[in-house]
Amino acid sequence: MTIALALEQLLNGIQLGVMLFLMAAGLTLIFGVMGLINLAHGSLYMVGAFACASVAAWTGSFWLGLIASLACAAAAGAIVELAVIRRLYDRDHLDQVLATFALILVFSEGTRWLFGDFPLYLDIPPLLQGIVNLPGDASYPVYRLAIIAVGALIALGLYLLIGKTRLGMRIRAGESDREMIGALGVDIRTLYTLVFALGSALAGLAGALVGALQSVQVGMGEPVLILAFVVIVIGGIGSIKGALYGALLVGVTDTLGRFLLPQLLALFVDPSQAGMIGGAMASMLIYVVMAVILAVKPRGLFPPAHA
Amino acid sequence: MLTRENTVNLVLALLLLVAPLAANAFGQPFYVTLATRIAILALAALGLNLALGLGGLVSFGHAAFFGIGGYAAGILSSHALSYEPMIFGLPGTVQMPVIWIVAVIASGLVALAIGAISLRTSGVYFIMITLAFAQMVYYFAISWPAYGGEDGLSIMVRNQFPGANTMKPLSFFLVCYLVLLAGIGLFALIRASRFGAALQAARQNETRVATVGIHPYRIRLTGFVISAMITALAGALYADLNRFVSPSMLSWHMSGELIVLIILGGTGRLFGPLAGAALYVAFEFALGGLTERWQFFLGLILLGVVLFARGGLLGLLAGKAKHG
Repeated sequence: MTIALALEQLLNGIQLGVMLFLMAAGLTLIFGVMGLINLAHGSLYMVGAFACASVAAWTGSFWLGLIASLACAAAAGAIVELAVIRRLYDRDHLDQVLATFALILVFSEGTRWLFGDFPLYLDIPPLLQGIVNLPGDASYPVYRLAIIAVGALIALGLYLLIGKTRLGMRIRAGESDREMIGALGVDIRTLYTLVFALGSALAGLAGALVGALQSVQVGMGEPVLILAFVVIVIGGIGSIKGALYGALLVGVTDTLGRFLLPQLLALFVDPSQAGMIGGAMASMLIYVVMAVILAVKPRGLFPPAHA
Repeated sequence: MLTRENTVNLVLALLLLVAPLAANAFGQPFYVTLATRIAILALAALGLNLALGLGGLVSFGHAAFFGIGGYAAGILSSHALSYEPMIFGLPGTVQMPVIWIVAVIASGLVALAIGAISLRTSGVYFIMITLAFAQMVYYFAISWPAYGGEDGLSIMVRNQFPGANTMKPLSFFLVCYLVLLAGIGLFALIRASRFGAALQAARQNETRVATVGIHPYRIRLTGFVISAMITALAGALYADLNRFVSPSMLSWHMSGELIVLIILGGTGRLFGPLAGAALYVAFEFALGGLTERWQFFLGLILLGVVLFARGGLLGLLAGKAKHG
């Protein structure tokens, strides 16, 4: 094992973490403000990826595709909020789970209807192709580094938006006492729609960015959604800071686990066995981490102060 | 006592028995298989209903137990057919009763571990954690190549039940039907017992339960484990029905479907899972015959049920549930 390889894997882990953050930030924001558990968040990720891939194929520009992914995911989110989600805020979590599960069926089959069963492909834009050299003889694709940069920018942007702007102030107020800010004359329904559209746009962006790394297909959002759940459970549901730390922890643990565990086991058992057992163990690793964290802190690492 | 709900229940139970008998008499074994599917899914949802309906524990991970039951059937029969001993040199088996016991014990142990951690939390955390643990089992099954990994495991010959030829659709249906009836009986017994009362009370008012000296955590954990065991039993039957077990039995779609069955039928109702399973399989069959995209319409119907028709099919047929 070389330093270069380890560095590469670490960056891969961070890149996965950043993707998860984009998903988890929306989920945790929506839960924090509206108290809603949204299983269909993975569908918005898929919508973003499909929008980007089809607009990029149509216009030949990845950047137009990226804009389309943000717009489509935000619009889909807003429509879903107005038509369905709005009726669920006062319901118990079971109803929310079921209704958003039903939305997944509608989104997945609807997308399959529109785009067919075959995956779409999205090329990395020319500007971001190629690799960069890193210290220690390591090299890394520019595109993945760009994803990490985008994630860092979004994290900073969210921090500023929520901490420093009027909208952010209302969002925070909505988290702590939604009746009170309604009474103070803030249009809470519009605020909810905005927050939902914002979360959806982040999911759509994540889908579009990942779309250039893997194929764009129906069902692509579901594994990411479940990882994002693990992230927000670890971080503390409702906490953006928790989502950031949780995402990086899950991303790095998962990637390094898949890389290191088989090698570690190879020291004890023969290599073919080590690959098999190590692979199986690595796929369970983040859930074990989650279990350990919850055993110590049942409300996650950064539970929101109120609620 | 023949209340409206009891009458509806009786009719449902009889219908599920008479329909396949008639189908068999008319030489339509396909419908017998459909009825078997209903009975097995109803049993799986019945298990979940114990945790979800009585205990208010919205487990989004019961596919794990369903799949563990399925894999118990698959693994034991594959060892029996290849004469390869399993761990500790134990032989495999093709006898359903033995498989069921193994399925129930294995899932009970896993449920004890998952429940012990998950039940420390509640509400939305519980939903997500049970989902995450089920995914853990799912990924384990996919990445563990010994029993087929992603491709799953075929059961060459359906496992045997003493005194029945399980390869005949009707005989296998009757086995499943009797197990379902036994499950419903057990559910009714538990619901009426002291333990069942405590489980329901823990859902309604945790603080009060604790005040009278009952530990809600232990009650819930017990309920969760029993619930998982029943679902695992259904999983073993399901694997035998399809003569195939694969990680898809463990997938979160399966967990979602089990919840859907309960809601369609009526949460916490004795015959809710059966009503839900019958409705679901009928939807699947009718819509699947009309369009390849039946899941799209299923999603819309489900949305309609959640948003506008609360109480499920039994709520419609038998009026509101009496307990809160």
